[in-house]
Amino acid sequence: MGFSFSAASYIVALIGDAFLIFFSIFHTISFDELKTDYKNPIDSCNSLNPLVLPEYALHLLINIIFLIAGEWFSLCLNLPLIGYHIWRYKNRPQGMSGPGLYDPTNIMNSDTLSKCMKEGWIKLGVYLLSFFYYLYGMISSLIAT
Amino acid sequence: MAQQPPQNYGYMQQPIPIPQNGQHNNQGLVNGGYQQMNLPPNMNPVNPLKPPLTMPGQQQVPNITTSNVPLIQAPTSINYQNFQTNALYAGVNGSNSALSSRTSSPGIQQQNLAPNAAIPTSQLPPSKSYPSYQHLPGQQQMQSPVSMPPPLMNPQQQQSSSQFPMTPLSTNNSNVNNNNVSEASNNTQMPTNINPGPTLMPSSQLSGPPHLSASMANLTINSSVPNFPTQMPSSKSDQNLLNNNNLQTKQLQKRPMYPQQQQNPSMQPMNPSLQPMNPSMAVPQQPQQFQAMSPQQPFNNFPGPQQNVQQQPQQARENLQYQNFQQQPQPNQFPGSVVNQGFNKMWGRETIDLMQNRHVLPTTKVVSPPVKLNHQFHEATNCNPDIFRCTLTKIPESNSLLQKSRLPLGVLIHPYRDLSNLPVISCSTIVRCRVCRTYINPFVFFVDSKKWKCNLCYRINELPDEFQYDPVSKTYGDPTRRPEIRSSTIEFIAPSEYMLRPPQPAVYLFLLDVSSLAQQSGYLDIACQTIQEQLDNLPGDARAQVGFIAFNSAVHFYNIAENFNQPHEITVLEVDDVFLPCPDNLLINLKECRELINDLLQQLPKRFANEHDNKSALGAALQAALKLMNATGGRVTVFQTCLPNHGPGALQSREDPNNRSSKDVQHLGPATDFYKRLALDCSGQQIAVDLFLLNSQYSDLSTLSGISKFSGGSIHHFPLFNINKPQQVTEFQRDLTRYLTRKIGFESVMRVRCTRGLSIHTFHGNFFVRSTDLLSLPNVNPDAGFAMQITYEESLADVKTVCFQAALLYTSSKAERRIRVHTLCLPVTESLTEVMHSADQQCIVGLLAKMAVDRSLSSNLSDARDAFINATVDVFSAFKLAQNLPSGASGLIAPQNLSLFPLYILALLKQVAFRTGTSTRLDDRVFAMCQMKSLPLDQLIRYIYPDFFLLDSLFSDDTDKTDPPRLQLTAERLDSRSMFLLDNGVNMFVYVGSNANPSIIKNVFGKNTVNEIPDVCYNLPNLETPSNEALHDFINTLNEEKPFNPTIQIIRDTSPCRSLIVQYFVDDRNENSLSYYEFLQHLRTQVK
Repeated sequence: MGFSFSAASYIVALIGDAFLIFFSIFHTISFDELKTDYKNPIDSCNSLNPLVLPEYALHLLINIIFLIAGEWFSLCLNLPLIGYHIWRYKNRPQGMSGPGLYDPTNIMNSDTLSKCMKEGWIKLGVYLLSFFYYLYGMISSLIAT
Repeated sequence: MAQQPPQNYGYMQQPIPIPQNGQHNNQGLVNGGYQQMNLPPNMNPVNPLKPPLTMPGQQQVPNITTSNVPLIQAPTSINYQNFQTNALYAGVNGSNSALSSRTSSPGIQQQNLAPNAAIPTSQLPPSKSYPSYQHLPGQQQMQSPVSMPPPLMNPQQQQSSSQFPMTPLSTNNSNVNNNNVSEASNNTQMPTNINPGPTLMPSSQLSGPPHLSASMANLTINSSVPNFPTQMPSSKSDQNLLNNNNLQTKQLQKRPMYPQQQQNPSMQPMNPSLQPMNPSMAVPQQPQQFQAMSPQQPFNNFPGPQQNVQQQPQQARENLQYQNFQQQPQPNQFPGSVVNQGFNKMWGRETIDLMQNRHVLPTTKVVSPPVKLNHQFHEATNCNPDIFRCTLTKIPESNSLLQKSRLPLGVLIHPYRDLSNLPVISCSTIVRCRVCRTYINPFVFFVDSKKWKCNLCYRINELPDEFQYDPVSKTYGDPTRRPEIRSSTIEFIAPSEYMLRPPQPAVYLFLLDVSSLAQQSGYLDIACQTIQEQLDNLPGDARAQVGFIAFNSAVHFYNIAENFNQPHEITVLEVDDVFLPCPDNLLINLKECRELINDLLQQLPKRFANEHDNKSALGAALQAALKLMNATGGRVTVFQTCLPNHGPGALQSREDPNNRSSKDVQHLGPATDFYKRLALDCSGQQIAVDLFLLNSQYSDLSTLSGISKFSGGSIHHFPLFNINKPQQVTEFQRDLTRYLTRKIGFESVMRVRCTRGLSIHTFHGNFFVRSTDLLSLPNVNPDAGFAMQITYEESLADVKTVCFQAALLYTSSKAERRIRVHTLCLPVTESLTEVMHSADQQCIVGLLAKMAVDRSLSSNLSDARDAFINATVDVFSAFKLAQNLPSGASGLIAPQNLSLFPLYILALLKQVAFRTGTSTRLDDRVFAMCQMKSLPLDQLIRYIYPDFFLLDSLFSDDTDKTDPPRLQLTAERLDSRSMFLLDNGVNMFVYVGSNANPSIIKNVFGKNTVNEIPDVCYNLPNLETPSNEALHDFINTLNEEKPFNPTIQIIRDTSPCRSLIVQYFVDDRNENSLSYYEFLQHLRTQVK
């Protein structure tokens, strides 16, 4: 067998991570548009909110695959981010009925906006780094077999 | 205690001089005389400067060695210890380090202090430029300390000099005495060792500073007790005090406790310890010399060492003077010489020790500090502070400086205020900056006659030729004559490029709750009647439309068309997915269908009188309204009497009535975001929703208010409304009439721009923020106020002034697109002292209140309360650092312009919105919070701290009547011989003392005795007597600036309604909150 399950997990992670990178780029662009007045906060929030849970789910899925494949180190690398996601969703603005994190009435507060911007950039960085790590992991696991 | 005269406002009065240690005094005087330049700033002894005079009632202290009362007893009992260091405004935490580093490096502070500590000669204005400052002649000031050292060196001799060489001076000038009192009181408080940290006093100094402080605490704790004159001293500390008094009197040779003036000569033998040590001392000559130099000097402005000399002999007298002194707080004279003080005054840098001046409220209106720009024309044209106001009238040049001052930076704006004279101009091109789109304003710089430099982004723009033409004088030439340049508040009639669509008709839709609770309250009669009366006065042109929707468990539409002979009712039972039953004729033209509308309004109250439907489908009705007004936008007025419990947006009762007085207030936030989302949809369609809540039971205003908050609406609340209470009916009618007839702007947006380097951080008010500086206001009304917090993006070190410009674009009810522009210009400063002395206390309090509401919603109420106190403590600590006061110094030193800050903060803590411990219905609390967010500042201040007047001067026979003085809100001001008026903006209470002059009662109320005034008595009779007219005139002047006239209630002091007025006495202690003085003491212990 020239193709182990761990290699497969890394391939899936690579593909998923590429999507995550797109998500976070989309977030950052949206917030930047908000900051520069190109977009209405209601529209922005309406387009961003439905993407929040899929992003978290995709990230969780990658880690479940790592768990199954026994890639403990990769899993550990991702645990803080999972924890952050849970914390972030728990502390979302009060009284939101739909899914999502962003409330159009307080997103324009400059504190909230800059926090969201920062979050977007940091996540983009994390996903990019993990993309290269997954690439390395995939190659090394392929070589090992 | 029993002898205590009623005028004794909380202080014990005992004219017994404290045996002061000479060294202490000595140090201070030398210091004061020679100025502190050669002392390290931290060594600057603040209080030792003060003469050994003492506060009445605190002088017995050194004789008492046994009092061990915990100093912070009073505060801790109110459970204030757990302060977190979270102040209200962001970024404060970061500045902690800055502050602490300042303490450790006095060198830095010296810089800031420089103007204060000593006046470099270069900073002295040319002598001819200040002839009016008679008390300030530079030469004399420089001289006097030099000429004085011999007398000053030995204060004990001064005391011994109570041979009264200068009594004539004191008797001639009571103001001097007043000064003395404040200085003296300072002195006694000084040695309190309350604050941990190094005290600057020599340890050998006094035999009893700790005891002094201990019984000080006693005294001051007690001082709140006499606030209620009837209250008997019963607490332990009271007894302590009594004991102390006894002890005191024994030791001091049985002198009377309250000597009268004639006892003055007996002062000297009282103090055996203060026998003259040096008979050669020159004190007796000194005041004479002093008098000779400037016989006419206004002594009240002349603080400094000279007065110290005179103080001992005047001691007895000061007790009498002290009562006068209460009226006019004197600036505190702490470290500094005559020169210093005089210049401080000249530069508006007076300070005041709040611990000594409990009556800080000026008797006249509190005005905002003037904005000083180095340009007379700019100063004259600057925006009216009632419209546009900044918390700091001098902007710190950098964020770090702002953080050092610990003051919040923000602007409060009342953009659509009713104005009597507003320049309106119509022109084809409105001159604006090409980059930042700023409107041209008085503060721009004209490079030449063809170019102007934007004062917000500094771009140089071309001036259109048209702008050279002056429409007033009809001449060409000087652009500075244009109205845009001459007035900082201006209205443009906008050309078509400012419209997204043609102006829409004014559309008013009324949603009327007709559930069974609504029928019980009977509001429908009043509402329909008032609407019918005011239909002609609704703002709008010939196209104006109205519509009516009634809702209970179903939604009832009213179809009115010109050819109908009576209105048709269409009921939609399907509330879960509401639809419009017919496409048109639900909104009808007001002018054309006037008869049918009258008809409908008459029928409506009877229509549902027999239905007992206890459901309320507000959500569905709102959705229907949104659909109905989708095309035009407009205003929806909701009358709601109960919890919406049917259909979409149904709510459950969340309030636990047993929990109304608990500390931990739950459910301040919305239960669902249904109303908020609906409001955002409405906002997108240019619909504003105004809410009239006339509930008799919990209606979850915290959730319902979302519909108005985010659509630019207004919220009105009439708790426990019932048609059988005539007073409430009047109030409701008055409020509704004002609401229906006031001006309205449709499809409005407000943009606030500020000079490069600053940016807007957070907005407060009712609106939706559409982009970083743009507020979407579907409707704007003249009673809406807004606030913005400002942050720094870059340093302002290279600019001299900062401008804020608010531009409100709206469609008037006459279908004109208009832009109202307000521009505020403020100077930038690099000095921390200047920042502190330029703070606008009312504005700061207004902004803090708004921030605290946000904090209560995002965190919890106790956090917000703590943040208030922390904000206050921070400001005073920062001021202490800025002034370089030693950390051990007692007293609570505040800049004159912040003297009311603790007063307002305490009032806020006792306000319905933020109080704990007192039973408060959740809806009332939430409504108060909404008011905090949306009231304009002048109304907000009155809401927080009502105006309280002593009316006696109105009825005096003198020809030159003075305006009734404002009083602080404390029961100790009440007098059974006088009449008072309390005005909180919504209600006015005339309080009549039972021993008031019967002739005045007869003249004002037309009653023979006070007791003829009924318990519940509204409205002032109109009699043709001078006194009655004077009172009416006075009330009318108070009402000039108000949106509507408050209802007047007359209360006898023996009436059961007395509690109505007593609840506003926020300076007094009640079961679970501190009195003003206790609050100050608490602050003092916290201030580092």
